[in-house]
Amino acid sequence: MCGIAGLIHRGNTSNVGFELQGMLQALKHRGEDSTGYALYGKTDGQNFIMRFKVGENVAEGSSSVKEDVSVYDERKKIVDFYLSELGAKVIKEDRILPYSLRYEIQYDKDLMEFSQKIESVEGVEILSMGKSLEVIKDLGNAEVVCNRYNLDKVVGTHAIGHARMATESGVDIKSAHPFWGYPFSDVSVVHNGQLTNYWNNRRVLENKGMRFMSECDSELIAVYLAEKMRNGATLEEGMKESLVGLDGVFTYFVATKDSLGMAKDTMAAKPLVLYESDDLVAMGSEEIAIRSILPQEIETYDPFDGEVKVWQI
Amino acid sequence: MANLKTSEKKSKAQSMGLHTEVLTGKTQQKFFNPDEAENFYYFGTYDVDFNKRTEIDVKNMDCREANKKIDELMKDGYGTIVIKNPQGKHSLGVGILNKLNLIFEGSLGYFGCGSMDGPIVRINGRVGWSCAENMMAGKVVIEKNAGSCFGAAIRGGDLICKGSVGARTGIDQKGGTIIIGGDAGAFTGFMMQRGRIIILGDVGINLGDSMYDGTIFVGGKIGSFGSDAVEAELTDSDQDWLKRKLKVAEIGENFDVSKMTKVVAGKKLWNYDALEPTEKKGAI
Repeated sequence: MCGIAGLIHRGNTSNVGFELQGMLQALKHRGEDSTGYALYGKTDGQNFIMRFKVGENVAEGSSSVKEDVSVYDERKKIVDFYLSELGAKVIKEDRILPYSLRYEIQYDKDLMEFSQKIESVEGVEILSMGKSLEVIKDLGNAEVVCNRYNLDKVVGTHAIGHARMATESGVDIKSAHPFWGYPFSDVSVVHNGQLTNYWNNRRVLENKGMRFMSECDSELIAVYLAEKMRNGATLEEGMKESLVGLDGVFTYFVATKDSLGMAKDTMAAKPLVLYESDDLVAMGSEEIAIRSILPQEIETYDPFDGEVKVWQI
Repeated sequence: MANLKTSEKKSKAQSMGLHTEVLTGKTQQKFFNPDEAENFYYFGTYDVDFNKRTEIDVKNMDCREANKKIDELMKDGYGTIVIKNPQGKHSLGVGILNKLNLIFEGSLGYFGCGSMDGPIVRINGRVGWSCAENMMAGKVVIEKNAGSCFGAAIRGGDLICKGSVGARTGIDQKGGTIIIGGDAGAFTGFMMQRGRIIILGDVGINLGDSMYDGTIFVGGKIGSFGSDAVEAELTDSDQDWLKRKLKVAEIGENFDVSKMTKVVAGKKLWNYDALEPTEKKGAI
């Protein structure tokens, strides 16, 4: 059991970091192993923001190991060197935690080549790459992660998040949601459910050159959609195809720079409650998530089986 | 704890916390006697006055506190209780075995009004998953939409949703009536065993999948029939019953019931005698 939440302000911005923190904290009983945020902030859209980690925060069942900070420093140096080799100019860098970094980068070439080069450094993973997207994920509940990364002041248009109870893989950052839709900028995914044809799909996608960073079944959704979009499908088309291509039970959210979407499997086995108005869409695994930002009486409903919806900002 | 594999039947039962003798004078369980029906009450139920009304605001209570407060009010004889600001909280109004008018001014989360026997409940908002699960008797009316597993395993009573409901409505239903004013999702009536479901709108795929018994009436389009669910003739007595039920439920009073589709169990799934010996082995 995991909890997912998402919201999109249509036509304006809001304090989405604080709002999503409230929604995810309301769902903490669905899982507190890790919490992740995909925040679409208010930026000038000029530079890429790269969130990446140079090490792991490790807990139960993880195949990773805890390492010394000096190892992280060494990896950071190599990443900095590769960035200059790629022709990327670092405008600003923040080291939020010893293993977690945020770079603002000027770069105008192929993102796949860029990602492959950076992630060739052992222990380095790009959590997100985008001109408004920032993925922040770590161990602990929503409040813990929000405080650790100072997310409650983030202003933006939309956001998705995930409160995880680890079942399919270990408790660590690499298995935490949201997943970046590599190699597309500003694409992120969160998922509640289990995918039963993960390995079959993974083998096929890896043969097509797509990359997996974890053994978490949910990562498949991000990679699956990215591959569809790489072949020319729109986000909505990719999501509709996923209802057939992905086997198992799932409700997932996907967000891009200017849109937010949801898809529910054909058996409607996983919960989702949805609130929709002209200026705000909010959804979550349980109504109490929505009530954390809209305490007044509102009209909500459960989307049906096999339903796909996409909203624009 | 004793070794369950080696102990005798009686001591095995005792080791598992069970008893084999009939308790006399030791149990709080009451057995129904028709001659004493007037005086029959469950353990832990109260004599309430429907004209005695009160309100409670549960905004700052968790579900245990709210349910305990409802119990205390019933104990004080309140027969009509209004709950304000439920705000989508889970498990509100569960386990009520009393006659009671319970009104929720707002929406409930998951498992609202579960395992109840007797109250009349009106919910002015929506409800989440598994509303009224295991209801024995009473009536629950929801003014807006409901989530999945609506009325799961109910044994009796009337469960009415004026809006639309999610998937698996009436899953494992064993009695009572579920009435939906809007649409219903996939697997409605999944494995139902008895009782009736009425849906005035459309219904999703796999309607009545693996149903053992019971009847489903659909006013709109059907996504698809599930395994062993078959269409049956809508009789005059069915139509009379539907009209009466919809009128009592204050929903779809002018609905043309003659155009409804009646769905029942084909009763082929469990007939293993018709199988060849090798198939039979596989099935077992």
